[in-house]
Amino acid sequence: MHVVSFTRSTPDTAAKVWVDGEGAVTWGDVATVVNPWDEYSLEETIVQAKAAGGISTVIAIGGHINDDALKHSMAMGIQNILRIEEPGADIHDSLLWSALAAGAINKLGDVDLVIFGKESVDVATDQHTYQLARRLGWTMLSYVSAILEVDYAAGAIKVEKMLEQGRQVVAARLPAVISVMKGINEPRYPNFLGIRKAARAKIPVWSADDMGITLPKPATNALRYMNPPAREIVNEIIAGDDVAAKAERLAERLFEEKVL
Amino acid sequence: MSVFVWIETFAGEAVPSSWEALTAARDLADAYNSAVTALAFGANAAEIAEEAQRRGAEHAIVCADDSLQSYRLEAYAALLSALVVERRPVAVLSVATSRGRELLASAAGDSESGLISDVIEMRVEAGRIIGKRPAYAGKVLMEMTANTVTRFVTIRPRAFPAPAAGKPAAGNIEEVAAQPVPASIQTEALDFASEAGKVNLSEAAIIVSGGRGMANNPADPPADTSGDAANIWKARHGYANTLTPLAETLGAAIGASRAAVDAGYIPYEHQVGQTGKAVNPDLYIACGISGAIQHQAGMRNSKIIVAINKDAEAPIFKLARYGIVGDLYDVVPALTAALRKRLKT
Ligand SMILES: Cc1cc2nc3c(=O)[nH]c(=O)nc-3n(C[C@H](O)[C@H](O)[C@H](O)COP(=O)(O)OP(=O)(O)OC[C@H]3O[C@@H](n4cnc5c(N)ncnc54)[C@H](O)[C@@H]3O)c2cc1C
Ligand SMILES: Nc1ncnc2c1ncn2[C@@H]1O[C@H](COP(=O)(O)O)[C@@H](O)[C@H]1O
Repeated sequence: MHVVSFTRSTPDTAAKVWVDGEGAVTWGDVATVVNPWDEYSLEETIVQAKAAGGISTVIAIGGHINDDALKHSMAMGIQNILRIEEPGADIHDSLLWSALAAGAINKLGDVDLVIFGKESVDVATDQHTYQLARRLGWTMLSYVSAILEVDYAAGAIKVEKMLEQGRQVVAARLPAVISVMKGINEPRYPNFLGIRKAARAKIPVWSADDMGITLPKPATNALRYMNPPAREIVNEIIAGDDVAAKAERLAERLFEEKVL
Repeated sequence: MSVFVWIETFAGEAVPSSWEALTAARDLADAYNSAVTALAFGANAAEIAEEAQRRGAEHAIVCADDSLQSYRLEAYAALLSALVVERRPVAVLSVATSRGRELLASAAGDSESGLISDVIEMRVEAGRIIGKRPAYAGKVLMEMTANTVTRFVTIRPRAFPAPAAGKPAAGNIEEVAAQPVPASIQTEALDFASEAGKVNLSEAAIIVSGGRGMANNPADPPADTSGDAANIWKARHGYANTLTPLAETLGAAIGASRAAVDAGYIPYEHQVGQTGKAVNPDLYIACGISGAIQHQAGMRNSKIIVAINKDAEAPIFKLARYGIVGDLYDVVPALTAALRKRLKT
């Protein structure tokens, strides 16, 4: 029984992010964090692997920037960490990315369940997950808010999904790729022993060749990054003799703005 | 050659924001000298196709097969992918709802096509579709293109106006058969629980949000509650009796900060922000919310922001077009009364 998660490093959500003179995205020397949505998928991976007496692995695709996210995952309690790096490949392209990810899952060979976070907080394409499932030919269950039952022997899983219209209970077959929502669990903090173990861990790195795959051509190109146009907001603090007068004035303003 | 638009449905009705994709598709079809073809699958597909033709689609492809009655990714993706591979449309569009995102990403994967997601503006330049999308929680914008025969695009809800319904187009409605799905990836929906009266945040034109300040409710909790339980009671009482009347007066959805969600004041479905929903309303009223950067990430693009906070220094006031410094439990009922008078409800 093997549960796998994918994660990577993203800039701290409080960081100022901007496009520099060369057109590159930068956040200065602010540290990166593990993608915040992945705190939930990593926790769920640990919980599910433990519950079934199986093993847990987390994979990052990309360069050394992701080492911190991998080590954080191990410090939380993920047993194995792995990085996929294919120099020169445009891993921002999700088709190419999913080819690498599927290569890793197939090379591991014994994976029953892959757990993702809902999206990455930075580029938030929310597409890696589905394209991996399609490439593997596995069941896809997105926006999972609870894993209700997993029966590895019978190859069955039952989850609750969170949709715009409400919550839906779905039964499906393993192996499966799922993405999980905030609220599915309370992510743990790394403890001292975990941090020590992670600090000493060597991160194995696989290339496309190691996995015996040929990469597709990228299907997308990022053309340029821009700073958003500055929004000129005139702030008006509503004055008035008392609350009722302020409320009247605000109501009047909202009608003038034609947003009601 | 045409531009495909998937019209998302729920319980046999079109999801309102899905029409917005027809507006985006119109521009593409004109630039490529092609036509817009709406795709409607499942219950009431034919009626929905006709409505799409009244809203600017020339043609429609429908499939009302039993296996597609209600949305299931594997069944819908099998059909969409087969249609794309067979007919090679220049583009496939839908609105970026949870289903739109997963369906288009899956079919793009199956057909080895490029996908530009969450687009807020789009143009065609030298035969290329260039989509502009927010990244890094809107701190940066990026332009992307897809270089495949068919380009997939999901558009952010409320970024494009919905086309008005007019006279139906003269094009045709074609019926197609469903595609087989391997048993190993079939999913079965067992149960569905909808939250009564819930308004969809990403589609809402007006949102009234409450934060941690909701706990400072002067109403007295039952005698046997104290500590956290008392705060939860007070906050919930406030959402129900102070924010909800304002929201109902305005036809607004109720939002919340993460602090309020994490404290158990309100379910996660209502969370706005970096790890909640990104919203795009005409009017966003933040009550008892300080305006942390991660909250801003979800609501910064609202057209008009109103802040109600007792701390004049709260960062939310820098974002707000209008602010009232005061206790939300005084201001919100007064505002509700003032608006009711004008709206005569
Ligand atoms: C990785 C990460 C992701 C995050 N994602 C999100 C997210 O998606 N959404 C989100 O909202 N936050 C998110 N946060 C949390 C964010 O940093 C803030 O902690 C949170 O937004 C604060 O919520 P708040 O404004 O309700 O609470 P506070 O910051 O405590 O503010 C409460 C405000 O209420 C005011 N107030 C109190 N009583 C009253 C009263 N009676 N009348 C009027 N005003 C009153 C106070 O003056 C204060 O300004 C995230 C944080 C991290 C690290
Ligand atoms: N390069 C990567 N390596 C590992 N995981 C990733 C990578 N890119 C995205 N993911 C994960 O894929 C999920 C969906 O991300 P996205 O499709 O970018 O919104 C999130 O859980 C991400 O952490």
